[in-house]
Amino acid sequence: MGASETAVDIRELRISFDTDGGTVQAVRGVDLQVAPGEVLAVVGESGSGKTVTARSILRLLPETASVSGAVLVGAEDVVTLDAGRLRQLRGTKAAMIFQEPSTALNPVYTVGWQIAEGLRAHGSYSKKQARAHAIDMLRKVGIPEPERRIDDYPHQFSGGQKQRIVIAMALALDASVLIADEPTTALDVTVQAEILELLRRCRDEFGTAIVLITHNMGVVADLADRVAVMYRGEIVETAPVRELFAAPRHEYTKRLLAAVPRVELTERAVPASAAAEAVVEAQGLEIEYPGRFGRKPFRAVHDVDLRIGAGEVVGLVGESGSGKTTIGRAIAGLAPVTGGSLRVLGTEMRGVKERQFRPRRRELGFVFQDPATSFNPLLTIAECVAEPLIVHGAASSAAEARGRVDELLDAVQLGGAYGDRYPHELSGGQRQRASLARALALDPKLLIADEPTSALDVSVQARVLELFEELQERFGFASLFITHDLAVVDRVAHRVVVLHRGEIAEEGSTAQVLGTPHDPYTRRLLASLPVPDPVEQARRRAELAALHGDAG
Amino acid sequence: MTAAISSPERVRPPWWHRLPVLQQLRQSVGLQRGMLVAGLVITAVFVIVAIFAPLIAPYGYNQLRGPDGLFGAQQPPSADHLLGTTVGGYDVLSRVVWGAQTALLVIIVAILLSVFLGIALGLLAGYIGGWFDRITIVIADAIYAFPSLLLAIVAAIVISGGQSSLWGGILAAAISITVVFIPQYLRVVRAEVLRVKSEAFVESAKVVGASNGRIMFRHVLRNSTRTLPLIITLNSSEAILTLAGLGFLGFGIEPSAAAEWGYDLNKSLSDVTSGIWWTSIFPGVAIVLVVLGITLIGESLNDLADPRLRARRKPAQTPAQAVAAEQPVAREEMGDVY
Repeated sequence: MGASETAVDIRELRISFDTDGGTVQAVRGVDLQVAPGEVLAVVGESGSGKTVTARSILRLLPETASVSGAVLVGAEDVVTLDAGRLRQLRGTKAAMIFQEPSTALNPVYTVGWQIAEGLRAHGSYSKKQARAHAIDMLRKVGIPEPERRIDDYPHQFSGGQKQRIVIAMALALDASVLIADEPTTALDVTVQAEILELLRRCRDEFGTAIVLITHNMGVVADLADRVAVMYRGEIVETAPVRELFAAPRHEYTKRLLAAVPRVELTERAVPASAAAEAVVEAQGLEIEYPGRFGRKPFRAVHDVDLRIGAGEVVGLVGESGSGKTTIGRAIAGLAPVTGGSLRVLGTEMRGVKERQFRPRRRELGFVFQDPATSFNPLLTIAECVAEPLIVHGAASSAAEARGRVDELLDAVQLGGAYGDRYPHELSGGQRQRASLARALALDPKLLIADEPTSALDVSVQARVLELFEELQERFGFASLFITHDLAVVDRVAHRVVVLHRGEIAEEGSTAQVLGTPHDPYTRRLLASLPVPDPVEQARRRAELAALHGDAG
Repeated sequence: MTAAISSPERVRPPWWHRLPVLQQLRQSVGLQRGMLVAGLVITAVFVIVAIFAPLIAPYGYNQLRGPDGLFGAQQPPSADHLLGTTVGGYDVLSRVVWGAQTALLVIIVAILLSVFLGIALGLLAGYIGGWFDRITIVIADAIYAFPSLLLAIVAAIVISGGQSSLWGGILAAAISITVVFIPQYLRVVRAEVLRVKSEAFVESAKVVGASNGRIMFRHVLRNSTRTLPLIITLNSSEAILTLAGLGFLGFGIEPSAAAEWGYDLNKSLSDVTSGIWWTSIFPGVAIVLVVLGITLIGESLNDLADPRLRARRKPAQTPAQAVAAEQPVAREEMGDVY
C-alpha cells in the first residue's frame, strides 16, 4: 500500500495528558493506516486510548494534551497544522460522528440550519443552494420526506434519526475520512442495525474511509474490514476482520474475544421451589407517570402479568422506553403502581406506604446500572456494604458489621483490604462486585439487577456475570435481571420476558424464547443483534434484510 | 483475578492534604498559586493582628490620654503616634489594629450563624421539597430583592435599637449580615441537595430501607458541601464591607465600645478636604487589604475547583518523573482482566 493511497496515516503517535495525578501517557507509539473505502475498527477497553487516537485525526483533544508523532490526513500533518488550516481541514477532509446523537445536535436550531452551518463554514453557498444540499444529504441518509423535515428541530426526531442527521452533517462536505466514536452505543439493537447499514453504504457509495471506535465485538464483526486492538495505549494486533476472529494472535485479543457473551441457548432447569412460592406476582400491572399540566399521563407499563418464583432468575429484556426499568423500580418501591396488582414478598405494592414496606426491604436487594454513582463517595466500601446491616439493626456500627462485611466481600472476590478503600479507588467491575455484596448483605429472597453490566467493559462484564451465576447458585435468591442485551440474558436467566412498548411481547424459558421465538418483535430483536463472528454475521445480515422485506 | 490476590495496600495521603484550602494550595501552579498564596498571607496577617491586638496596639482603642496628658486631635504622624491621631483624639494605629479584631469577630459570628441556618434550611428545602421548599425559596428571593446594605441597616435598628456596646454592635452587624447571607447558603446547598438526591447511591439507600433522617445526614448532607469553602471566603469579604458600610453610615459601634474602620472613615470625611490624610488612608487601606486578601483566596479556590480553569503542571521534567509517567495510573483497572 503506497503512501498516496492511505486516507489516514498515523506514525509513532504519542499523546500524554497533564492531570492532577501527574502526566498520563494515553497513547504510546501508535502506527496506523487507513485506506480509502476501508472501515478500520479500533477496539479496546475503556482507557485503552482508542478514542484519543481517533480524535487526534481531527486534533480534537483537550488543552492538557501534548502530542508528538505525525498524523497525516491526505498529505497534511494534523499535528503541526496551524489553527486556520486545521479549521479548513475539519469537515472537508475528516469529520466526526459522536456517540450520543441527542447531545451532538444543538436543540435550538433546525437540523437544516445545522447541516448548512458546515457548508457556510467552508465555502460560499447561497441560502437556496445550502438548503438544497441539506435536503439532498437528509435523503441520502434515509430521512423520509426530507423537504418537510429539514425545518424540524432535533427533538422531533427519534434517536436513530438523530444519528442519521449527525452522519449527514459529517458527509455534507464529502469528507474522505469519517471518525465514528461508538456511533451505536447509545442506540437500541434494532436501530443499531440500521445505522450500521447506513455506515456500510457510506463506505460503498462514497468511498469514505471510516475509523470506527467501539467496544462491541458484534459491531466490529458486522462492519469492519480491518481491526486494530488497543491495550494500554498501544496497538497489540492489527488484522483483517475475518483473520482476527478466526485466529487471534495476541494473548489480549484472545481474552477479549473469549469474554464476549454469545447466545448459546443454555438450558437451565427452573428450581423446584419456583412453582411453590412466588416472590413477585403482577397481574394487569399498570404504571403511569403523571403528564405535565393538561397533558395525558404517560403510560410506561400496560397490562403486564409477571411471576417470579422463589429461586428463579427472570430476564426482563426490551429496548429503551419499553418500561423494563420502570417495572424493576416499581418492585423496589421506587415508582408508584397506578393500576392492576403487584405483590412483592407478600406485600401489595399498589398504594403501599413506605412505612409498611420498610421491614420487607431486608428481603430485597438492588444492583444499579452505573457502579460509578451507586456508592456514597464519602464512605469506604466496607461502610457502604455495612449500610443495610446497620439500617435493619443487624449491627450497630460499621465497625461491628465488619466481620460480616469481609465475608460478603470475600464472596464477591474482593479481599478484605478492599473494604478500606473509597469507591473512586475501585475500577468499574470491582465496584459492581461490591454493589452485589451490598445487595446480598441481608441474604435477600429477591435481587433486582437493573442493567448491572451495561456500563462495564466486555471482559469485566464476563466476570460479573460469572460471579452472579455463582452467587445465585450459592444463595438461591430469586432475581429479576433487567437488560437490553440478549446474550447477557442467555448467560443468567431461567426464564425470559420480552417487553415491547410497556407490554409483554413474549415470555418463556430462555432456550425457547431465544431459540424459537414466536413473536415478530422478538425475532427482529434477535436478528438485529450482531454476533461476534464476521462470517456468521454476514449470513445473519442477509436474513435480517429478508425479515424486513417480509414486514415491508 | 490478580488484583484480589495482590496486596491492595497503598499509602493514603495524610489527613492535612485533604483539608479544603491546603488541598487546593498543593494542586495549584503558576499565577493561580501566586494569587492563593498572596491571599493566604494577607489573611494570615489580618488574623494574627486581630488575635494579638492587645499586644500589638500601642494604646487602647478608646484611649484619649497618655502619661503626658491628652493625645490631641488630628496630630500628624510622629514618634508617639506613628500614624497620627483622629479628629476625636484617638491614636490611628491603635484604632486600625483593634479594628481588625472587631472585623474578625463579626466575620466569625456572621459566618457561623448563616452557615448553620443556611445549610439546615437548604437541606430541608431540597430534600423535603413541596410547600416547605416553595415558601423558603419565595422568602429567600424576597430577601435577595432588597439591597443588602439597606436590609442590614433595618436589621441593625431592629436588633440593637441603634445602641452600640461591643457585643451589641458586633451582634447587630453580624446578624444583619446573616440575614443577607442565609439565602445564598440556602440556594447553594439546596441546589446541591437536589443534584445529590437523584444520584443512584441515595436511591440505593432508599432501597436498603434507610430512614429519611439517615439518608439526609449520612448520604446527602456531606456530599452537598463542596462549594461552601468558596462561598464562605467570598462572604467573609462581603461581611467586612457591610460592617464598614454600616459604620460609615453611623449604625456601627461607638468608639468607646470598640474600634471600627467604617466609623473612623466616616469621622475623617471632613479631614480629607483640609489635607489631613492620615485619618482616612489607614482605615481605608486596612479594609481594602483584608477584602482583597480574602477575595483572592475565594477567587483562586473558585478557579481551582473548576477543572476547566485549573492550570496543571507541565509534563515530566526529571527522568524519574518520566518513568513514573510511563506507568499507567489505571493499572488497578487491569485487575479485572485476569
